[in-house]
Amino acid sequence: MLIRPPADILPSEITDPDVYRARRRFIAQAGGLALATALPAGHAHAALGPLVASPLSTTEGQTSRKAVTTYNNFYELGTDKSDPAENTHRLKPAPWQLRIEGLVNKPRSFGIDEILKLAPLEERIYRMRCVEGWSMVIPWVGIPLATLLKQADPQGSAKYVEFVSHYDKTTMTRGVLDWPYTEGLRLDEARHPLTLLAVGLYGDVLPVQNGAPVRLVVPWKYGFKSGKSIVAIRLVEKQPVTAWMKAGPSEYGFYSNVNPDVDHPRWSQATERRIGEFSKRKTLMYNGYADQVAAMYSGMDLRRFF
Amino acid sequence: MTPSSPQLAAIKSALFLACLIPGFFLWRGFELDTLGANPIETVTRSLGEWTLRFLLITLTVTPLRKYTGWHWLIRLRRMLGLFTFAYGLSHLLTYVWLDQFFDWEAIAKDIIKRPFITVGFAALMLMLPLAVTSSNFAIRKLGGRRWQSLHRSIYPIAILGCVHFWWLVKKDVTWPLVYAVITVALLGIRAWWREQERRKQLAGGYLPKPKFEGKVIKIFAK
Repeated sequence: MLIRPPADILPSEITDPDVYRARRRFIAQAGGLALATALPAGHAHAALGPLVASPLSTTEGQTSRKAVTTYNNFYELGTDKSDPAENTHRLKPAPWQLRIEGLVNKPRSFGIDEILKLAPLEERIYRMRCVEGWSMVIPWVGIPLATLLKQADPQGSAKYVEFVSHYDKTTMTRGVLDWPYTEGLRLDEARHPLTLLAVGLYGDVLPVQNGAPVRLVVPWKYGFKSGKSIVAIRLVEKQPVTAWMKAGPSEYGFYSNVNPDVDHPRWSQATERRIGEFSKRKTLMYNGYADQVAAMYSGMDLRRFF
Repeated sequence: MTPSSPQLAAIKSALFLACLIPGFFLWRGFELDTLGANPIETVTRSLGEWTLRFLLITLTVTPLRKYTGWHWLIRLRRMLGLFTFAYGLSHLLTYVWLDQFFDWEAIAKDIIKRPFITVGFAALMLMLPLAVTSSNFAIRKLGGRRWQSLHRSIYPIAILGCVHFWWLVKKDVTWPLVYAVITVALLGIRAWWREQERRKQLAGGYLPKPKFEGKVIKIFAK
């Protein structure tokens, strides 16, 4: 005769597998996010997820994660391409606050976790064309900038948006540019569906050298228009003067749309080298996004408004 | 301190190998793919920087010789000058081949329209006659004085090289500035010697003993 010992756990006390799996997933993600923001980027890949695929993504071959994370222009962390990846300790991406201010009805600050909750995270695979004549294809993760702007409720008088990057003179490059780094867009450009507020790449939290924890991505403009490590978004009435416009007014205009027909005064913009490829390729008007963005500039003299 | 003939031959061989090292490492780096995400840019830029470095090293020979009294150093100068030209030519070839891929139309446009390329190209073209006349035969044919005045064009070439580098960088001119300062020092010291020489002549009314005049002759093996 089989005598069963009484069960020492009541069935009602047993956690449902669905519940504990969800809990574990939450802990893993939260832990991963905390880890990624605490550790220098490149050491840990903390996954962001789940991601929604976007019809705005290109199907072109993606530039290797290694190239994307070791070949960067981020002058606050050094002016050589390899410097930013080596100087990630100079920027602490957590805690972080992003202010929206200026001509808005609801000025406020966002923590990164709040931004992550504003909309489903999308993967956007975009071409990125640097003003120096090279390009990449990068799988960004983010939300439309328009979603964030809507939260602050811009006033009717707001015509432009200024973006201010983080700057700490005790740890970051001095001189070279007039810090902090600022960039700007027209309000319609900022609200364009392609304009992305990125928090990650390759499915992971944004590495420091790529502009952690939050940056702008404007794929039809030269790379420098996409400000990194943004701390403030300011809605203004007049066209802002950006850091590069101050540094070289004849070389860098406010618009800086990718345009193979308008050369940089010192070099041609007709072709580009896709990182990882041997021969150069022709640069496309608006970096290949003409169908989506050309209408915003119809009737404008693109040589004058470069 | 003057090395004997076999010693000098050994020094020359060692220097020759040393001059090949930067090129060797770039070649290996290119093959092993350790030159970063944009290896073509790295190779082109490194070869350009090495050209400028070799040019400045070449220009250091005379001041070094004057202040140390090691006149045998002059025997190394030709090799250094020729390496400057070799690195400059490789720099141009990487641009023509790897960067533009023999797109002659684009290259011609670049040379005419881009001041930094115009200047760099001019510097290399001006180096060509110097490289061609870097032989005992050429010195004999031209005569020491004419050879020397031809080879003084290395001074404007050095300035063009610095300008080429300065105009190329987007914003951070730290390194172009370093090279410019060294160039100014090396050319400035020559201007200063000249000025002193001139004053001495004016003050004493005598012809100074030839200091560098005719030193060129020393290049010939005895």
